Amino acid sequence: MPDARALLDAFARRHRLHALEALPWVAAVAAYFAFPDYLALGAQILAVIIFALSVDLVLGYAGIVTLGQAAFFGTGAYTAGILAANGWGEPLTGLLAAGAMAGAIGLLSGAIILRTSGLPLLMQTLVVAAMLSEAANKGGRITGGSDGLQGMEVWPILGKFRFDMFGHTAYLYCLAVLAVAWIAVRALVHSAFGRSLTGIRENVMRMHAIGAPVDRRKLVVYTISAALAGISGGLIAQTTQFVGLGVLSLERSGTILIMLIIGGVGQLYGAFIGVPLYMIAQDRFSTIDPTYWYFWIGLFMVLMVVFAPGGVLGFFARRRARREKP
Amino acid sequence: MNAAGLETQGLCKSFGALAVATAIDFRLERGARHALIGPNGAGKTSFVNLVTGALRPGAGRVLLGGEDVTGLPQAARVKRGLVRTFQINTLFRRLSVLENVTLAIAERDGVAEDFVRPAGRHRAVIEEAFALLDRLGLAEEALRPVSELAYGRQRMTEIAVALGLAPKVLLLDEPAAGVPSGETATIIDLIERLPSEISVLIIEHDMELVFRLARRITVLVQGSVLIEGTPREIADDPRVRQVYLGERRHA
Repeated sequence: MPDARALLDAFARRHRLHALEALPWVAAVAAYFAFPDYLALGAQILAVIIFALSVDLVLGYAGIVTLGQAAFFGTGAYTAGILAANGWGEPLTGLLAAGAMAGAIGLLSGAIILRTSGLPLLMQTLVVAAMLSEAANKGGRITGGSDGLQGMEVWPILGKFRFDMFGHTAYLYCLAVLAVAWIAVRALVHSAFGRSLTGIRENVMRMHAIGAPVDRRKLVVYTISAALAGISGGLIAQTTQFVGLGVLSLERSGTILIMLIIGGVGQLYGAFIGVPLYMIAQDRFSTIDPTYWYFWIGLFMVLMVVFAPGGVLGFFARRRARREKP
Repeated sequence: MNAAGLETQGLCKSFGALAVATAIDFRLERGARHALIGPNGAGKTSFVNLVTGALRPGAGRVLLGGEDVTGLPQAARVKRGLVRTFQINTLFRRLSVLENVTLAIAERDGVAEDFVRPAGRHRAVIEEAFALLDRLGLAEEALRPVSELAYGRQRMTEIAVALGLAPKVLLLDEPAAGVPSGETATIIDLIERLPSEISVLIIEHDMELVFRLARRITVLVQGSVLIEGTPREIADDPRVRQVYLGERRHA
């Protein structure tokens, strides 16, 4: 029998940082110096990783299947955008407002739709996003409607760092926000609360039977996830200085899901792999083949599903498992 | 009258024309070792679901230690010490045995609401979970995923999770279902060693197990109580023989 103490220590230490977890940050800093011409794309990637993290929290950890996460991304984008277009361009408070507004929408809609699960829930997440999209379309005087929101003016960060045309500030700003988001999400998934979410995903019946307030837990994580998506949307709005109806679209809800699945769901780092992979591939394919680039993305995804189900992380996990069990 | 560990009064439930519970009056005394038996479709599992709150009764009351819990949701009843196991393993299959029990204890202690500190910092919860597994002889499998365990060991994990919730009343829904006959003895042994202050209700098909463990038996037929008595009274009752014991099962 293995030494009980050592065994318990290992179990209690699963939240400790692993050396590999430094990898995304090293890569992000290296990319800043290595690809100065691509910082605008880089900033987008970093912001969208936050969006993917928000999806991972609900889908990967709590097992809530959603096709409407763009509702919160878009709410955040419009909140930050409308503030900046109407005389409040302070980025940090704008970002907090984006998160708060998206969180509020998440709380309100979640309180209604989380009573269901499975396909009915999936439909309702779609409906929430569609309703918001239509509201943004009709509320043209505030949102700019189908022309998009014009005239955003974002002030320098902390009054010092002006957004430059090369994307230096935007990149580092997004990197800093992503780092904060990552610390928060990582703490959350490793907390007792986070473990109980895994329990809900693995077997909701058992969670009820051990006396867990399942509905409340789901609503809490849904709200947190919505706020996170809102922050991501706010970041995109502030760094691109434009918000269009696309931020609330089904396509956005769908592609973020695809990016996360490519990376690996429910493992925290799937977002860090899937988002850059998808967005860089998209950028490259659209340069190489401007008309048919979607075909190449599609082909890439089919190959991915065939040869690496469970995403990139799942692929590596299987290889490691095979090596350990000869 | 002393309050029973668990009591139902006139419990009724029907799905359309099908009555799964008809005015069930039932008392589980404190510290009891009581069995609920009946042929397939007698409404045993429905009864468990009514008592735990997974189903809402059409009429009647459920009392836990004398307190009316009929209107309370499942989670609130668990907090008051009413715990069940499932006929078919209902575990977190991909998580380790230790994690399964840890999750239960974290819920009981209210630790599961903490979303800042890492779960591992709640050391007392983990220690308690491991001590429980050790007592049940599951320590060696503690870090293995439940899905890799032999079926009998999974059944024991099912009971370990329930015990982690510090039950006052424990409902064991066919604890030995699906277990190879060679391993049934381990399960019986485990149930025999349960702390005597826990009131235990065993819902079972396996007569050998019932007569080994139960000091009282209630027979349920078509959603209502046919008879209640000691194992001897039940075994000697002609009606029971007719509806149940004579029915291919070994008496």
